[in-house]
Order: sequence, then structure tokens, then C-alpha cells
Amino acid sequence: MQNSSWIPFFPEQASTFAWQVDLLYFYLIAVSVAFAIPIVAAIFFFIVKYREVEKFATPEEIHGSMVLETVWSIIPFIISMTIFIGGAIVYFNQYTMPKDAMEIYVVGKQWMWKAQHSTGQREINELHVPVGRKIKLTMTTEDVLHDFSIPAFRTKADVVPGRYTYLWFEATKPGRYHLYCAEYCGLNHSGMVGWINVMEQRDFDNWLAGNTSSQTPVEMGKDLFENKLGCASCHAGGANQRGAKLEGIFGKEVKLVGGGSTIVNDDYLRNSILNPAAQVVEGFQPIMPTFKGQVTEEQLNALVAYIKSLTPNAAATTGAPAAPAPMGN
Amino acid sequence: MQTQDAISAGYGGDKPSYLTNGSTLKSWLLTKDHKRIAIMYLISVSVFFFMGGIYAAFIRLELLTPASDLLETATYNKVFTQHGILMIFFFLIPAIPAILGNFLLPLMIGAKDLALPRINLLSLYIYWVGGILTLYALMQGGVDTGWTFYTPYSTTFSNSFVMAVGLGIFINGFSSILTGLNFIVTIHTMRAPGMTWFRLPLFVWAHYATSLVMILGTPVVAITVLLLAIERVTRVGIFDPAIGGDPILFQHLFWFYSHPAVYIMILPGMGVISEVISNFSRKKIFGYEFIAFSSIAIAVFGFLVWGHHMFVSGQSIYAGLVFSFLTMVVAVPSAIKVFNWTATMYKGSISYDTPMLYAIGFLGLFLVGGLTGLFLGSVGLTVHLTDTYFVVAHFHYVMVGGQVIAYLAGIHYWWPKMTGRMYSEFWGKISAMLVFVGFNLTFFPQFILGYQGMPRRYAAYPEEFQVLNIFSTAGASVLGVGLTLPVIYFTHSIIAGKRAGDNPWMLPGLEWRTASPPPTENFEEMPVVTWEAYEFGEENGLDIESARKASGPSVPVQA
Repeated sequence: MQNSSWIPFFPEQASTFAWQVDLLYFYLIAVSVAFAIPIVAAIFFFIVKYREVEKFATPEEIHGSMVLETVWSIIPFIISMTIFIGGAIVYFNQYTMPKDAMEIYVVGKQWMWKAQHSTGQREINELHVPVGRKIKLTMTTEDVLHDFSIPAFRTKADVVPGRYTYLWFEATKPGRYHLYCAEYCGLNHSGMVGWINVMEQRDFDNWLAGNTSSQTPVEMGKDLFENKLGCASCHAGGANQRGAKLEGIFGKEVKLVGGGSTIVNDDYLRNSILNPAAQVVEGFQPIMPTFKGQVTEEQLNALVAYIKSLTPNAAATTGAPAAPAPMGN
Repeated sequence: MQTQDAISAGYGGDKPSYLTNGSTLKSWLLTKDHKRIAIMYLISVSVFFFMGGIYAAFIRLELLTPASDLLETATYNKVFTQHGILMIFFFLIPAIPAILGNFLLPLMIGAKDLALPRINLLSLYIYWVGGILTLYALMQGGVDTGWTFYTPYSTTFSNSFVMAVGLGIFINGFSSILTGLNFIVTIHTMRAPGMTWFRLPLFVWAHYATSLVMILGTPVVAITVLLLAIERVTRVGIFDPAIGGDPILFQHLFWFYSHPAVYIMILPGMGVISEVISNFSRKKIFGYEFIAFSSIAIAVFGFLVWGHHMFVSGQSIYAGLVFSFLTMVVAVPSAIKVFNWTATMYKGSISYDTPMLYAIGFLGLFLVGGLTGLFLGSVGLTVHLTDTYFVVAHFHYVMVGGQVIAYLAGIHYWWPKMTGRMYSEFWGKISAMLVFVGFNLTFFPQFILGYQGMPRRYAAYPEEFQVLNIFSTAGASVLGVGLTLPVIYFTHSIIAGKRAGDNPWMLPGLEWRTASPPPTENFEEMPVVTWEAYEFGEENGLDIESARKASGPSVPVQA
């Protein structure tokens, strides 16, 4: 099951859940064949054996059979439940984000993929990742829906404007794998493609070293927070500040004005920057101006990364290391 | 001609048929006769089908090579969008209900017409207005959003005629709603004496289920289009995240209609197949009640599975699991139908006439379409498969392999009733086989392409996908020939086809117990039904002896 390269027209298996998806696929093919062969055989047998020998004959009536109806309702139901359960298990693996992943930000726009590593390196339509490490992508888009799809990893996820969606994978062998946009996004949709470059850890470290970048997302977020956008004037953390203290807030549950509560996560931070009056934390006034239209998606990612970094154990809460990830050995 | 007259002696009478009862344009355009309205639908729907087919031909030609060369990318995007819109809204949805349903429903239940004949004519006019508006928008420059109109691309980014096409679809929706309403009222109130619910042909049950979906589902797509318009005009944030809307909400609303719409497209086809298999096996349908209620079950469960189009759209994984479970449940009634159809042929007297060939083809193709639906309902697998050619292949197996083939089976089956003429059996069989072979060659390779990861809606693709795309395009040309042949031999049959007689296959349904073509009021006198559905013996008033004599020596029908 781990190696299927001998099958013609079969995609490469290059992630930890590729074999699970393929196993499910082969199970379904087996079920389909097991269903189709008896039915097709019966049809052919009947149309030959019971072909018309006398015009306008009146064969004996058969009304039906409760036993048969019950059998051929229950058996398909049971089989379909096995398919459901198998699919559900694989789906859980694909879409439950791991706690200890290396985080990369992805921003889609018509018609390119922009990625930024937590160490600051930026890429367009290419993504370099180490083999054997869990990678978590935090994704959004500047314009329309896109979909980050890597067939060799057997996974994909839509990228939705105005919110974050997530995708994770762990590549199992070095190589270059197709990246497609799989959600129609307009004129050059079929040109919104790229490559995932899976490298040995050592090669990846070299690649990182050779692509020195100006700022990591956290550094860029700090700069925006303290200097460019002036967030610090209200959120610096003193006792009588007008804005909420942000240190240690990530992953906590906060009470909201007007009742209710919410968990502070990436989406909440993002919405609080763009639409601050929507969910105000209890004890504060809705006085924060909106930053919609003033910050790019990349700046938003950086701000969120910086605010997360103010909570020391944020990585444990979300699985997202906010500070530069350790480079391994 | 002598023998033909003998066959038709029973019902013909001296009444003019619905075709000859008035020949002016006005007598057609202002008719209240369901049969004339059906014929006008037949012509209009066929026009849309062939336009959609021309778009399909351009898609396949473009995809012959990896690069975007025959068509510019912008043109390709419009071509696949318009292929989808014309085929789905103007062909697949109306084809069987508005043509065959309209023509046959009153005949099958022994009624003079539908319950609301003026509303029926209104449905046709609404269909024309919606269709002409859509065509106008396509002529003006077209639309490039995909038939799914996903926001925010369709609301903010696309510079094409989105609102005009949306309005065309909005208007057209009312045609569906009125047709569905008309059918439900007709089935409840217009049945002939003795025509109890469980004596109804299964074609009628299927249309009853379809009508329920039409009147409950179609308003939702109308609401959705209206919300799009409100957002574009007033800038109130509904779907566009830039002004506070939610693009996923659009997908929920869109699929809440468009998934049940799949059943609007396939249920009437299942009704046709039940008729053809039973009648051409001369066997009572196996498990009548199970087929009837499975149609209703599909119509009901069909409203609960829309989220399976959105497994990767960012909806919660628990929602994904619920929709996956319900999708598996809805597969069961479809499986029940396939088993019952197969069992119906057991110990029958099966003839290989063209409608039956199409129906057997349907069984094979629908089997593949249904089973691959399980692949896509299994959520862990569909993360890999969704938005690839696997999905394209799957829904073409259901929509073309299912509905279009069933429609062709139905048109061939009832053509003698509609026109009073026979078509060439030889060319009918050739066409059925070309369609079957061409269809499989076109779409089976797309399953493999999809598993390899080729995304949908790509004007250009990596070179490793070319071989299978060449197979697909080759198959499409065979399919194109197979679908064009009927136009030729049907046209020929109208002009020079031999007379069919009232009941060329000696079948018991009420539609076969009147003249071919039927008179305007359908029956000379109100029929009284004393027999169950699908009873083929002489005791049910079929003059089989004389029909046998008239049709010559009894040998298996050969091409």
C-alpha cells in the first residue's frame, strides 16, 4: 500500500495520509465491482434467457418479494455505513490540526499563491518544506475563493476571503509536487498553479539560510503594532489603557459586552482588527477604529502572529509556534 | 397500410388529432392543450440542448492539448459556464417533466388535460422569457462565473453579464414551480374512475416526487438570486466579506436548491426507466410500492444533503460528518430501484427495441454514476476528489448517463404516440449503441484524471494529463454523432415514417388506449380503470390476437 507507482495513471503518494485515502479508494472500487458484476451479469443473463420468443406474450406475473426488498435495502445500508465510517476517520486525520506543526502563512490572490514562513522567508507559487515534519498552513485570500490543493498529499482546502482556513500535511518523501488552485477563481484560474518542494531537513535548512529575509512575521507585526499603526498607544498594557491588554490573551475565553463569550483565536483577532465593534470584550468601550482597507492580508497575518507571540504558550494552545521554529538537527 | 389500419381501428374514430386540430400559428401559441405545449417545449428544449452541445464540443476540442490554444482562457471560462447553465437550467430540468410529463401525465391518468391548462401555457411563456433573456446575455458577452455563481467572484470581481443571466434563471424558475404545482394538482384531482394511487404508472409517481422538489426547492434559488441583486445594488453586506457578508452563506443557499435540483433532473428519468423496463419485458414491475416510495424518499432526503458539496469549503468537520452520513442514506433508495428494475426482467418477454436498448444502457451508466457517488460521499476520500475531474465524470454519468439516456429512451418509447409515426428501428439501435460507447469513452477516463488530481475548470493543464484527455475528446465525437442521428431519423419519420397505429407494442397503459396521435380531448369517452398497473394479458382489453396477426410472423425483433 505504501508504494503504488506501478499502477498506471496513479498519483504519487507523498504524505502521511495518502495511503489512507488510497486504501479507502481501493475499498470503494472493490465494493463497486462486487455490486456491479452481479447486477450486470443478471441483466445480461435475463435479456438473453428471457428474450421475446412470441410477440406480445404475457409472461406470468411476479409481484415482488418482501424478503428480497429487505435484503437489498439492509445490505447496501450496512456497506454504505462502512464507507461512511472509513471516510470519517480519514477526514478527521486530514482536518484535525496537529499541535506541534511548523506554521506557514498562505495568502491567495488572483492568480498566485504567496507564502511566508515563520522565519520570514517569502515565496510565490513555490513552497519549500522539510520532509517528515508536520506543516500547518494558515490561509486566507485577498479577493475571491481559491483552493489550495496538493494531489500527491491527497488533501486540499478552500481559501476564503474574510477568514482563516487551515490545512496540514506531513510529506513523506522529497520531491516536487503539483500545487493547484482547485476552486474556480476567474480568468487565469488554470494558471494559479505552483510547486511544493519537499526537501531533506538539511537541504531545507540550507535553503532557509540562503533566503535571508528582512523580517519574520512576528517582527513585522511588532513593528506595525508599535510604530506604523500605533496599536500600542491603547494596547500597551498599562493599568488605565483604553484597549484590552493583549499579553497572555490568546487561547483564553473572554466575556463580551452584551453577554456571551468567545475564545480568542486567529479569527477573533483578525475580526477585532477589521471590525472592532462587533465583539467587544467586557469592560471596554467600542471606541477602536476599524483598520479595514488600511492593512494588507500579510500585515494582518503579521499582527495576529505578533499578538499570539505575546502569549508564551500560544503554540501549545493552537499548535502554531509564533516565534521562529527550532530548526531541528 | 391495410394492416396498420386494422391495428388502429379501436380508438382512431373520426376526431382530428391534436396535431391537425388547427394549423395556424395562433392555434399553437394560444393553445391550452398539454400535448401541443409539450411539443413546443420539445422544440425549444432541443434548441438549448444543441447549443449546450456545441459549447461541450468546444470544451473537448480545447482540452485536446495541454496549452490554452484553440480558445483564449477568457473564452474557455465562458464556454464551460454557458455549457453548464444552458444544459442544467434550460435542458436537464425541463426536459422530461415539461416534454414527456406534460404530454403523458394526463394521458396516463385518463384526464382530458392538466388541471390548470392556462398556467401550463404560462409556464412555457415564462420558460421562453427566461431563456431568451439568458441567450441575450450570452450574445452580449456572456458570463464566466461557472454555473455555480460562487461569491464574491460573481458579485464583485466578474465583469460579465452575471445579473442578466441570474435574472434569466430567476424567471425560468417560476416555470418549474408552476409546472410542479400543476402536476401535483392534476395527480390529486384528475385521475379517471378506478385509477387509484397504487394503479398509477411509476412515471406518475416519479413526477409527483419531482414536483414536490420543484415547488419546495426552486423558491430558494430565486431568493438567492434576489439577495445577490440586493447586494450588488444596495451594497448591503450579504455574501461579500468586504462589506460584512459571508461567501459561504451563498454556497449553503445555492446548494440547498441545487442539490435537490439534481433530483429534479434524475427522478423523472427513473420514472421513464420504470415504464420502459416493465413494458418491454411485458412484466409487472418488481416491487411497485418500493419503487414508488423510494422516489418520495429520494425527494425528502435530497433536501438534507446539500452540505456534501461543501466538504472543503471551511464548514465545520462535524457538519461534514453529518452530511456524509445523510449522503450514504440517500444512496439506499437509488440502490433499491436498480435491484427492482433488474428483477423486473426476470422471466419476462424482453424485446430489444430502441427504447429498451437505451434503458439497459441507463442501468449500466446509472450504476457507475451511483457507485461513484459513494466515493464522493465518503468524506475523507472526497477531500482529494472534490473539484477534480472525478466530480465532472460522476455528475455526467448521473446527468447524461442517467437523465439524458432516460430522456432518449422516453422519446423513442412515446414517439409513436406523440406523432403517430414510427422511426427507423435500425438507426435507433445504432444511435443507442453509439451514445453508450461514446459516452463511456468520453467520461470514464475523467475518473482516472480526477484521481490523478486534474482540477475542474482548467483551460490549460500539465502534460501528463494529455493522453486521457485525447481519449475523452475522441469519445465526445462518437457521442456527438450518436446524439445527432435521432434528429435526422425523427425528422424523417415525421415526413415519411410508417404509421405506428394506436398501440404498436400492445401495452396496457392508458396512453396506449387512445389514438396515435391522440385527439385534443385525449379520450373519446372517459376511461374507467379496472386493471392494475402493468398487466399485459388479453383480459385487460388488449386485442393481442389480431395485433399479432397484423404484425406478421412472430420472431424476435431484429434490426
